Amino acid sequence: MSNGTERSLFARFAGLRELGIFIFLIAVVVIISIRSPVFLTLDNIHDIGLDAAILAIVAVGEMMVILTGGIDISVGSGIGLSGMIVALIIMNQWSIPPIVAVFMGTAIGGVLGMINGVLVVKAKIPPIITTLGTMSIYRGATFIVNYTVNKGKWVAADRFAPAFRTFTRDTFFLVPNLILITIIIYIIFYYFLNHTVTGRKIYAVGSNPDGARFAGINVDKIMFLPYLLTGMLVGTGGVLWVSRYTSAQTDAAQGFEFMVITAVVIGGVKVTGGSGSIIGILLGSILIGVINNALNLVRVSPFWKLAINGFIILMAVIVDKYIQQSVNKRLLERRKL
Amino acid sequence: MRRSNQQLKTSSFVVQWEFILLLIFILFNFIMSFTHSNYLRISNLFDTTFIFSEKALVALIMTFIIITGNIDISVASMMGLSSVVLATLFRAGMNIWLASLVGLGVGTFCGFLNGFIITRVRLPALIITLANFSFYRGIAYVILGDEAVSGFPESFLYLGRGYIGNSPVPFILVFFIVLAVIAGIVLHRTKFGRTVYAIGWNENTCYASGIPVDRIKLLLFTLSGFMAGVAAVFITSRIGNTRPNIATGFELEIITIVILGGVMITGGVGKMWGVFLSIFLIGTIRYGLGLHNIPGQYMLIVTGSLLIISILMNNLIVSYVEQRYLKAMAALEQGEDLPVEPAVEKGGGT
Amino acid sequence: MAECILELKAITKQFPGVTALRDVDFDLYRGEVHALVGENGAGKSTLAKIITGVLQPTEGQIHYEGSPVVWENPRHSIARGIAAIYQEPAIFPDLNVAENIYMGHQPHRAFTRNISWRQLYKNTNELLETLKSSINAKDKITGLSIAERQLVEIAKALSINAKVVIMDEPTSALSISESEELFAIVEELKAKGTSIIFISHRIEDIFRVADRVTALRDGYHVGTKAIDQVNLNDLIQMMVGRTVQNLFPKLDTKIGEESLRVEKLSKKGKFKDVSFSLRSGEILGLYGLVGAGRTEVAKAIFGMDPADSGKIFVEGAQRSIKHPQKAIDLGIAYVPENKDEEGIILNMDITSNITLPILKDFIKTGVLDRTAEQTTAEQYSKKLDVKASSVMQKVISLSGGNKQKVSLAKWLASKARIILFDEPTKGIDVGAKASVHKFISELAADGYAILMISSELPEIMGMSDNILVMHEGIVKGYFQRSEGSQEKILATALAD
Repeated sequence: MSNGTERSLFARFAGLRELGIFIFLIAVVVIISIRSPVFLTLDNIHDIGLDAAILAIVAVGEMMVILTGGIDISVGSGIGLSGMIVALIIMNQWSIPPIVAVFMGTAIGGVLGMINGVLVVKAKIPPIITTLGTMSIYRGATFIVNYTVNKGKWVAADRFAPAFRTFTRDTFFLVPNLILITIIIYIIFYYFLNHTVTGRKIYAVGSNPDGARFAGINVDKIMFLPYLLTGMLVGTGGVLWVSRYTSAQTDAAQGFEFMVITAVVIGGVKVTGGSGSIIGILLGSILIGVINNALNLVRVSPFWKLAINGFIILMAVIVDKYIQQSVNKRLLERRKL
Repeated sequence: MRRSNQQLKTSSFVVQWEFILLLIFILFNFIMSFTHSNYLRISNLFDTTFIFSEKALVALIMTFIIITGNIDISVASMMGLSSVVLATLFRAGMNIWLASLVGLGVGTFCGFLNGFIITRVRLPALIITLANFSFYRGIAYVILGDEAVSGFPESFLYLGRGYIGNSPVPFILVFFIVLAVIAGIVLHRTKFGRTVYAIGWNENTCYASGIPVDRIKLLLFTLSGFMAGVAAVFITSRIGNTRPNIATGFELEIITIVILGGVMITGGVGKMWGVFLSIFLIGTIRYGLGLHNIPGQYMLIVTGSLLIISILMNNLIVSYVEQRYLKAMAALEQGEDLPVEPAVEKGGGT
Repeated sequence: MAECILELKAITKQFPGVTALRDVDFDLYRGEVHALVGENGAGKSTLAKIITGVLQPTEGQIHYEGSPVVWENPRHSIARGIAAIYQEPAIFPDLNVAENIYMGHQPHRAFTRNISWRQLYKNTNELLETLKSSINAKDKITGLSIAERQLVEIAKALSINAKVVIMDEPTSALSISESEELFAIVEELKAKGTSIIFISHRIEDIFRVADRVTALRDGYHVGTKAIDQVNLNDLIQMMVGRTVQNLFPKLDTKIGEESLRVEKLSKKGKFKDVSFSLRSGEILGLYGLVGAGRTEVAKAIFGMDPADSGKIFVEGAQRSIKHPQKAIDLGIAYVPENKDEEGIILNMDITSNITLPILKDFIKTGVLDRTAEQTTAEQYSKKLDVKASSVMQKVISLSGGNKQKVSLAKWLASKARIILFDEPTKGIDVGAKASVHKFISELAADGYAILMISSELPEIMGMSDNILVMHEGIVKGYFQRSEGSQEKILATALAD
């Protein structure tokens, strides 16, 4: 009845997405490196890695939120706020180990994420509205916190301990700290999403929230968790952002949420939730890092970035829908009448 | 039966959102007028309407869209793009009015594109307008980069800055009120308005009753782009120059205005006069903050909080009304004439 | 001496506008198959949902394994070993079969909650083997047929080593051989000491498999008997409260000209080569199991989900119907099965519901004439005997029967002449059922052409002039009123 061919069709399809991104990635790399020999130098790859890293970290959180059928557009503001708060705390050249600063950020971000989670799950405010609201509140708060503590002056590099300034680039056994952190996070969440009961519940809730309830899943808890985790990742990203750019600005990461969502959508996560792989979003983040870098190198004006971003989301979502429709059609046709 | 129905009705009017909004509006203005001597000056009050009038125009169409259960997050980007197109063409030598028309056309087309993808490809409005939020704004940047355009003719500047004759009443305010009245009539009294509410409650039944749901949605999104274009003309005229980042962040305020106005995000509920009140309430909040020299970033926090609080209140009220309704129905069940089927033969068991 | 594993005492359940259960008692012995019967709307599904914890009773207590319990949500009942197989399987379309079966209780290492995938697939395949299924653990669930999905649901119940399994209409989509397999599984479960609550319309199945049977009617518990102490008539009497004849007051009507004809209507994956003709004054019954494609045919004729190929003739002229608006203009109406989702708008009042398709008739100088709307609404409400305090009342507060009447009133007001009814009395209590039937008969007498889709054999046989039987998308048989007998029709519908 269903087996053999069914399985191969879908097995092919599931891995197809990641393969597709990978091939596209290679293609872009090849094309760009022909146009611009600088592209494949170690330095440049290094830069691409660092650029894509923070995006990749936050993308993990966004992916989990979208998997459960929600969305979080407050991540950019969250990065700004958590980064600013930590920066203001450590700005008098305390010699805190930078990793502690990162954990501070994680904690603060966690609180921000919890607020989102509570509003969505307990107060039952739709995620788009909640995060539209917190996006502004957190951004406004960034200004106000900065104004109150530092009289509106951005926290500049000279206010930070040297260890913190160079943290993201410093290497640990040849790997830049930032990349290392990213890898660790991906290992943790790969395991979480693919090998733990709770992780699989996230997919179930996104796939069929009512069915999940009937199956005995605590839907409220599972829907809350991604917001909390995203908040923590945002907080981590926020501090790393400050370290990477060696300054804490009130407009940091403004608009970043859309790059994150683009990475997630390119990575194959269904916008209505229920399916998507973490490998996919890793590749998606790298792809965006590569594209951004390539655009710079090929001297495309930065003004194209936003348009291209939006266009990519649009295309990815439309193409996905068409693929889904044709697969469904194929399924129907198989049914012998 | 009648008694209880009426009881439920009057209590739900008092609890009615728009009524509470009215109270808050009066209260807020009353208190504010004591805190600042210039608050009640007529010319000030009128002048403050300049700033929110463009958003108000878009809020009118956003009301329709949210009542159908959809949303359009790209309105501000469409405003920006329209404005940039208008200005660039003008700078290149085109007649300002012609340029405005083209800008309007661009806005309308963007709205149409939104609606087309949403209804044809069948993707959620949220995602598509979110994507186009970036896309349209991006194109604005591609066109104008980091430049600005100014030097518009007086006649054009009148639109967004001018008054009616010698009175303190701004032209744009009058324009807005006329449109608001029309919108209110369409929403509450016409066939189109009725179908908008119906779609918001249950698209499937509407479709199964012959209503061209897709066509209506397409029309609404196109209109959204059109109004964004109109608003773009006004804001360009009022500010006197334009950059690609013009109207950035407006979508937040526009959506907040509509939701604060009593329109439920889930669709099917909302009154135009509520949105009307909400526009003025938010306008006066901004006015009050401005008079006290509170920096604009606080407005961000206020707006974001208002959005969240509106829905919170909404949810609380809905569950409160539901509880009361359930209790009333249960009480009625105990006797009296109720719309249940007359049980034919209750033979057999208990 | 049979031991009681589950006991429900004095259960009452109220919803806005309707009391679904009134003071119901129910008990379940270990290792028994206890059938639950009743008409649509009698309260069977509600009772099942209270047992599993999806709903909480307004009043009453539940005792499980000897002690009182309160299920606040399904988690609690599942943890204690109660599994339910609903009519529409609650599946996760994005996940594979194994995850669907084991979601929430995948085999894992205790401390780290690390799922053992190998074990998961092994367990799943074992389960599927015991059910004699060819489904593989890694198959995506979307590719499975309804029967296969039901099998997966059963596997779910097995996977939690359920002590109580509730089966809600398990055979409604199964062929004869698939049903037999199901019964074999039921016997096996019984042998293991599992108790089964078997909710079904199919009296034959009940006599085949049950030990005891409980009948509900209008939310009341009518009675509980051992299966060897009742016969078919007793059962129907308990369910329905009167003999079958009185239920269907079919009037003798003169059948007129051809109103609607379809030729070789086909739609990929849904139905193929469907042809029939419908005349004014005729009631054509369309019978089949769930998944037979009947609703899809009706929706194709109505333009909601147009066919890929084939022809439709209305009043002799060929028409292309690609949107419901066209069908309505041609005088066709479709009264959907799922009235709450497609037939009425719950949160709007009766008037708005009735005038929905014909709003343009009420436009006066650009705006809607509310008074005229209300007049029309009152006219048709009265005609159909809708019980409400006024046409301004919101439809959500009406009973199921009245909701259906509003849904029908809408079409009468639209002056349709061809009405496609999809399960017109589903979910309605007996009193309203009779009045809906009476009304449909009157419509036919008035010259309306009626297609009536139903999966209740007595209803089809009592109401139809002619009967079409569909199975898996194909018309399998056509009977005239006199020729059809319950056995023949059933056999045609269930044929593999």
